[in-house]
Amino acid sequence: MNTEQQTADRRRALEAMAAMPAARLAERYARLAEVAPASLPVRGPEIGAVMVRGRAGGGGAAFNLGEASVTRATVKLAGGEIGHAVVLGRDGEKARMVAHLDALRQLPEWVQRIDDEIVIPARQLQNDAECRLAEETEATRVNFFTLVRGED
Amino acid sequence: MYVAVKGGEAAIEQAHRLLADRRRGDRAVPALSLEQIAGQLSLAVDRVMAEGSLYDPDLAAMAVRQSRGDLIEAIFLLRAYRTTLPRFGYSRPIDTSRMQIERRVSATYKDIPGGQLLGPTFDYTHRLIDPAMATDEEVAAPQRQPRRERESCPRVMDILNDEGLIEPDGQSDSEPADLTRDPTDYPAARDLRLQALARGDEGFLLSLGYSTQRGYGRTHPFVGEIRVGLVEVEVEMPELGFAISIGRIRITECQMVSQFKNTDGEGPRFTRGYGLVFGQSERKAMAMSLVDRALRADEFGEQRMAPAQDEEFVLEHCDNVQATGFVEHLKLPHYVDFQAELDLLRLLRREDAERAESQEAAE
Repeated sequence: MNTEQQTADRRRALEAMAAMPAARLAERYARLAEVAPASLPVRGPEIGAVMVRGRAGGGGAAFNLGEASVTRATVKLAGGEIGHAVVLGRDGEKARMVAHLDALRQLPEWVQRIDDEIVIPARQLQNDAECRLAEETEATRVNFFTLVRGED
Repeated sequence: MYVAVKGGEAAIEQAHRLLADRRRGDRAVPALSLEQIAGQLSLAVDRVMAEGSLYDPDLAAMAVRQSRGDLIEAIFLLRAYRTTLPRFGYSRPIDTSRMQIERRVSATYKDIPGGQLLGPTFDYTHRLIDPAMATDEEVAAPQRQPRRERESCPRVMDILNDEGLIEPDGQSDSEPADLTRDPTDYPAARDLRLQALARGDEGFLLSLGYSTQRGYGRTHPFVGEIRVGLVEVEVEMPELGFAISIGRIRITECQMVSQFKNTDGEGPRFTRGYGLVFGQSERKAMAMSLVDRALRADEFGEQRMAPAQDEEFVLEHCDNVQATGFVEHLKLPHYVDFQAELDLLRLLRREDAERAESQEAAE
């Protein structure tokens, strides 16, 4: 596997785990953590803020819309693999779990298991939620008719 | 000016204890949970996040609970918390054209690519209080309709722009101003104004927007598009060397199409106002877009005659935390100040009386 592919996979895994509800992640992580190499904290978990930006008119110059709370964590495995996480919200444990999984995913023997047990289910959950929202919204699709006024 | 006073500690402590009691209310009634507030009073939570300028539904729900539902107090609490957070960085500008749409309407075209989706709206309700709200009746699950094949929802502005009928999005690569870091200088650029409006008081902006419709800086607006939905927040990760999405937030965007102008030699074109707000709040997004357009008076050679066009007036007064601080500080002890005024008034009256007396004596 080339590095570009690895980077893309790592990014997708981090995104899927960040999007996963913390309770669901914790369930699945607990099973894995029982047998996985432990991690040591390097930084955090630490709560802070990210300034969210928008664009004037939707596509123009950037402006600062407002902040969002985020939590970041960095951990290290005994073998030196470093895992990072940044997640929306103030859940330190979630950030630590994601960072640990990110570090573990750098061990070739763990990639498949993490993808199967966490990343793929996380993406499935996200798809289900998106699909549900889209379908509920779709039911409110409206067709407006313009009525001709009686002046002519 | 108010002055420091001593004493009162015992009374203050008891007042806060009483506040906690009144906040909790009847102990026989279950306490509100954060899930209840965030889930069932979600628009109040959204307003607190928008004007508190911090996206965090749990914290905003806590603030609503702590403030007994006083939303400006809740906004104040969230702003105070915000100042304690280290800033890790800036997101990439959110891409509203890739939003997962929960609501999308246009008042300019009835048929738009991607269609109009009403979503969860108060529009077309009869505004009659529903007796069911006094009970806990079963609520039907929403209907689901298979979604159409990846139909794209282009921005309505792009449709007009394709014909050259509307001013395009301006481009700029300069670092946006940040009013939380630097004091505001006037004239302010549009990026700074948008930041201030996005966290400005909904009521204040609503009234200003309304004033522009009533002729105080008229802008002759149409709602090109309102969309509500979820967008990804993407952050550069220097540790990783790439950007990742760290989660999704709900936002409301309003594209207001305004009076056409011919200012830049491109022929007459519609002008625009823009509103973007955390959470679901289309009243605020609409008001913001009206005021944004009014504040662009100089760009279009319009005379600044109305309050909504006066950027210093708008920007200095739209922040409800600043406003409430200055208004409410009036109730704090001003004893010394007032004593001085009293002394002065007594002196003036004495002089007045003496003058009258001496005049009488002279006559």
